[in-house]
Amino acid sequence: MANSALARSGSVKSATSNDAVVQVRDICKNYGDVEALRGINLEFERGKLTTLLGPSGCGKTTLLKIIAGLVPATSGEIRVNGRVVTGPGPERAFVFQDFALMPWATVLRNVGFGLELKGVPAAERDRTARRYIEQVGLAGFEQKYPHELSGGMRQRVGIARAFAVNADVLLLDEPFSAVDEQNRRKFQEDLLRLVDLEKKTFIFVTHSIEEAVYVSDRIILLSPRPGRVSQIIDPMIDRSASPDDIRRDAGYLDVVEEIWQGLRQYAE
Amino acid sequence: MSVSPAKLDNGIGASKEAPPTVVEMIRTFAEERRSFWIVVSLAVLFVSWEVAGRIPISFAFPTFIETVVAFGEMVADGSMHKAYFLTLQPLVLGVVISAAVGIGLGVAMGLSDKAEWLLAPVFIVLQAAPMAALVPLVTFVYGIGLTAKTLAVIMLALPVIVLNSYKAVRHVNPSLVDMCRSFQGSRMQQIFKIIIPDASPVLFAGLRLGIAAGFIGVMLAELLITPTGIGDLITYHRSVANYAHMYAAVASIIAVSTLTLAGLQYVETHLLRPEKRRK
Repeated sequence: MANSALARSGSVKSATSNDAVVQVRDICKNYGDVEALRGINLEFERGKLTTLLGPSGCGKTTLLKIIAGLVPATSGEIRVNGRVVTGPGPERAFVFQDFALMPWATVLRNVGFGLELKGVPAAERDRTARRYIEQVGLAGFEQKYPHELSGGMRQRVGIARAFAVNADVLLLDEPFSAVDEQNRRKFQEDLLRLVDLEKKTFIFVTHSIEEAVYVSDRIILLSPRPGRVSQIIDPMIDRSASPDDIRRDAGYLDVVEEIWQGLRQYAE
Repeated sequence: MSVSPAKLDNGIGASKEAPPTVVEMIRTFAEERRSFWIVVSLAVLFVSWEVAGRIPISFAFPTFIETVVAFGEMVADGSMHKAYFLTLQPLVLGVVISAAVGIGLGVAMGLSDKAEWLLAPVFIVLQAAPMAALVPLVTFVYGIGLTAKTLAVIMLALPVIVLNSYKAVRHVNPSLVDMCRSFQGSRMQQIFKIIIPDASPVLFAGLRLGIAAGFIGVMLAELLITPTGIGDLITYHRSVANYAHMYAAVASIIAVSTLTLAGLQYVETHLLRPEKRRK
């Protein structure tokens, strides 16, 4: 069932291996005198999970928010499906680090909120929402309020909401950083299952090297002050193995080590 | 109202000598129902009032029971109805105008920097000003009618509602606003589906303070401007040394104010923030 990362070049779905759904061209971002990002050029392949990894202050979240259209870039452009974008659009959906759930709305309404904003009729909206609630493993919690859920469950709601609008690209901003370690591992496995099931493009921000290597098809290392692309790594992990075997696999551990060597100069 | 002391006596008696089943019954009831503690709290207040009245702490301080009887008399002879008919007109009118205008202006100030620059200084000055000192000026300009009394209510209620609404909007979770934007919500959707619901707890806190200030406004107006309504009842019964009746009028306006604020809280939790009901 699981896609082997090794078989990427022979992908049937995409016409070419260079089918970039998101293109980042010469993006610079300044906050006043502070240069947050300098000359970022990247392409994100369709159907892949690409991770932006780097130490804090490298601008990875800023870059993700620029791609999302939530933060304007100082210069440069973002193309999604070949078109230049300047704001949020229906082809992109965002998963927030702090979940961004409406505390006054039930799980069902929260998950269907993207559709509600688009004016989708209530019956259809609820049907879609229920399907994704089940897919993220929250069936039975439809009528609960966010404060009645654990941190991990709240982020599942956030992920279901992003899936429900059927965007091509999912942007995840450190989605598991507020989740405890045990749930985090379970989450990563679930994410891989959803990536496989939904055939969407994922852009994932994290500061955890292990997490990045475990879930990513491609890792983009950013270096701080100002944020630049320092290295691009394709982990080539064989995901047909069980999660526990992957975490013990020599190839997996080598990649983790390689990234750590690249990043250790920025650690204090 | 007069049932409450009886309940307290029952509670004390039970804990002393009744069989344990009754004590347990009361204990489980107390744990399950928050209303038990409200009743106990009121009972303690009324019993101490009764005791203070019987000592008496002052010849002008009636007992609780005398006050209740006086209240009954005033209801029976219709003077209470007439007084409330007069008092509630400027109060309701003033509070409704203050709530509508106050929330409107406050939200506008929260959403737009220009509206903030234009309006914030005015309301900050108005809130700091001792409004009671301005009430006689209103009488001077508008006479002693309904207009003056309504204005007194608005003067006290409006600034606090405006400033709280403004703060409420400014403290909306920015992440929720980003979320709405990321799903291409329009500005109107952002305001009505995210900003106002997220601001509503502080918005309602402002409304509660505003309504409480409105009650102060109407009493000031009736005591300072024109002796009508409840203010007149208080002044009249004081002047003829009918202290029980005077206290009944005072206590009744306090009760009306408290019930109004409780009703507002009910509206908030049932209409805007349903998740707060389950706690």
